[in-house]
Amino acid sequence: MTEGFDARKFCEVVLDAAKSAGASYADVRIVSRESEGIDLRIGKVEGLNYGATLGFGVRVIVDGAWGFAASPKLTMDEGKAVAQEAVRIARASASAKRRDVKLAPVEPVEGSFDGDWKVDPFEVPLEEKIGVLRDADRLMRQNEKIRVTDCSMDFWKTSQVFASTDGSYIEQTKVESGAGIAATAINGNEVQKRSYPALGGDFAAAGYEFVESLKVIEHAEEIAREAVQLLDAPLCPSGEFTLILEGSMLALQVHESCGHPIELDRVFGMESSFAGTSFLTTEKLGSFAYGSEIINITADATIPSALGSFYYDDEGVPAQCVDIVKNGIFTGYLSSRETAAELGMPSGGAMRADGWDRIPLIRMTNINLLPGDWSFEELIEDTADGIYAATVKSWSIDDKRLNFQFGTEIAWEIKDGSLGRIFRNPTYNDMTPRFWNSCDAICNKDEWHVWGVPNCGKGEPMQIAHVGHGVAPARFRGVRMEAAR
Amino acid sequence: MSFRWMGEDKILTALEKTLTFSPADQTEVTLSVGSWALTRFANSYIHQNMASESISARVRVVFGKKVAAAYADVAGEDGLKDLISRAVEMARHQDDNPDFVSLPEASDAQTTRQVPKTYSDATAECTAEHRASLVRAVIAESDRVSGSAAGSLATWAFEHAVANSLGIRSYYRSTAARLTTVITCPEGGFGYASASSVDLDNIDVHAVGREASETARASANPVEVEPGEYECVLSPYAVAEVINYFVHLGFWARAFQEGRSFVCGRIGEPIVGSNISIWDDGLDPRTLLRPFDAEGVAKKLVRIVDGGIASELLYDSYAAHRERKKSTGHAGSTNPIMSPGDATMDQMIATTERGLFVTRFHYTNVAHLMSASITGMTRDGTFLIEDGRITKPVKNMRFMQSLIEALANVEMIGRNLKLVNSTLAPAMKVKKWRFVSATEF
Repeated sequence: MTEGFDARKFCEVVLDAAKSAGASYADVRIVSRESEGIDLRIGKVEGLNYGATLGFGVRVIVDGAWGFAASPKLTMDEGKAVAQEAVRIARASASAKRRDVKLAPVEPVEGSFDGDWKVDPFEVPLEEKIGVLRDADRLMRQNEKIRVTDCSMDFWKTSQVFASTDGSYIEQTKVESGAGIAATAINGNEVQKRSYPALGGDFAAAGYEFVESLKVIEHAEEIAREAVQLLDAPLCPSGEFTLILEGSMLALQVHESCGHPIELDRVFGMESSFAGTSFLTTEKLGSFAYGSEIINITADATIPSALGSFYYDDEGVPAQCVDIVKNGIFTGYLSSRETAAELGMPSGGAMRADGWDRIPLIRMTNINLLPGDWSFEELIEDTADGIYAATVKSWSIDDKRLNFQFGTEIAWEIKDGSLGRIFRNPTYNDMTPRFWNSCDAICNKDEWHVWGVPNCGKGEPMQIAHVGHGVAPARFRGVRMEAAR
Repeated sequence: MSFRWMGEDKILTALEKTLTFSPADQTEVTLSVGSWALTRFANSYIHQNMASESISARVRVVFGKKVAAAYADVAGEDGLKDLISRAVEMARHQDDNPDFVSLPEASDAQTTRQVPKTYSDATAECTAEHRASLVRAVIAESDRVSGSAAGSLATWAFEHAVANSLGIRSYYRSTAARLTTVITCPEGGFGYASASSVDLDNIDVHAVGREASETARASANPVEVEPGEYECVLSPYAVAEVINYFVHLGFWARAFQEGRSFVCGRIGEPIVGSNISIWDDGLDPRTLLRPFDAEGVAKKLVRIVDGGIASELLYDSYAAHRERKKSTGHAGSTNPIMSPGDATMDQMIATTERGLFVTRFHYTNVAHLMSASITGMTRDGTFLIEDGRITKPVKNMRFMQSLIEALANVEMIGRNLKLVNSTLAPAMKVKKWRFVSATEF
């Protein structure tokens, strides 16, 4: 926030203006976010960007309908004007309403909460950060068939104030960090890429210590070698296979086939014209066999340092852990105060907005496939004939989140309990419930990791959320595969 | 929060003053200021309704071959001055980029082409009440088929300006309006329609509502058909997606220079059918107009595919300098246009023995880069064509298709172009399109 700015007073002025104009409920968020991005490409730092954004958004209910207005000008007069604009917009909404908005109750909260980070990435010298990427780049390009390299680091520091007419006043600050490298080998018409630790990198609600823990330099030569090997690798065979998914690929699988369909606003049709709806309709709650008995999935916003964690959501609801699938049965949703009220439940605390000029939507927190009890070695040894596929390459799923196709950067043949030759261009295609019901083994907590996904898109206007997925490699039976070509 | 333009003089004067604060060899300042509003509806009521003012400034500084950038939501003198300082500090720690030559020069901003009016006051001044009334009109069309309407009506009004220390001074006002709707009928029918324009008054909201409603009614109770290769009639919504992928996977100079484009080694050669021509033109009055790009360079008409031949690439200044060429004004966005044919939709359907009609695609993604293969689903109105007529709605299908192959097998092209976001696309009939699986609805 700017020096001398009295955030509490500003919030009081905004909320009073909204109430005076006729709002039965109002909240205001002031959001300040700094960002830094470094992109090193084929030995050259092509992107070195610093960003700063500061503004506020006001959300109101008037005559039983929503209105929202926002501005980057943090003055008392602008605060009043924006609150009045939000009320005017809500009145327009009320001209096309079917029923009044009702909100699940929430206890008012006063407090200030800081995330957990050790090394502020904005204090680490740029030369040091660029140096790490440069070393990784140099090692990847030692291999002459590597024609393109991409190395990146991204950092965010976000401070937010939330205040509502329910009596909450919550300050939260968090730091997020991440990095990734990728090597692309090209030979004529054949282009093959390998990424580490995942496509686009891995991210956490942590400081620079997380980037150091990724050890990108130590993995540079390995991914370069694999990218080159893929150029001459056989195409992935077609047919039905036993498929073991590596962690970052499984994280995306959870994201697309579980995370999005459990968003209760999608279920209620609010996203139907854009991203779509959900096959997980409310009559399935508590009875639908989403997966096999070993499938347990949670939405947990309380995991320390995970990218989808926070203290309070953007409606002032405390972060919590919600059971989504228990022993294979579908048991819960990601919800907001409004959508939870429709089911007569308390909010699950999943409302988040992408900055000050966006309205909160139901977003994933950390959607996690809980670990099983296999070591990775045991899982491979136990597989007589199958395919181990790693690292996201492409993804697509229908608008109810049933029919999906994912491509991975690489796959290994599994024969008689051992990893063998590699395949290029693998894709797999299935229907969500059949796929999760075919899961017969999940690796244990030693293999479990929360992958940070900083680019989950949803809504109009588009909002990008930072979410997480805790997973360990898992095995699926009878999955259709073919090579992309 | 009533809308008013800042004006060219005020904005460019502010940018010129900002340039004087910079100690860099070269400096570029860009500023976008304006407002946007969006009304979303679902289940036939407004559930999200918002408006915001917006300021976005970006500074790029160059010391020799060191380049760095900083951006922030600022427009005032102090804020822009701070932004210069931040970018300079970033550049101090930057490495040389041997491929960087220069920011664009003043002459790059010049154009002899006529620039159409890029904005509409009706769009800029649209109120929440007016947006609500237009949405109610769509809902009324949906009610006629007992449907449930969802969608959004969005408006934007922005001023964009770029100034750099080499003399670029570019400014334009822009507005845009877009209405999209998906209407759902009780028996599982879905229908989609959308319209975009610089001028909100040019959008016929009743027609958009009717189009989606009629498709929804016709697509109720869909049946399953076997995956496989089908003749395919694609609506302009689907064709726009095809064109966008085709252009973006193949014709960015940067990807071409790195060997990651399917036109590598094929410029000047036939790449698709001779009936296919695609160009990019930010000054075509039928599209959402953009007279210059993010570097202030005037948009040029780029003949991407000319009579089936891969012809020209899209350059920003960085990629252009690597080949000692001029930027085509493509730092950022595109406005692809496909040449129309002479067929009507009825003729395309009447000449199809057994095929599918696709209203639009959903969640498409690249499956294989060098064959320009994409995968995705059909959505919101997929129909079986038998013996020259649409006979029944079908459940949605997944496809995996090389766009190079598809555009080499286009049998008929529609005579009308439709603006889909920033793309002008006709309908077209493709000899074969590969569907690989089906879904449940």
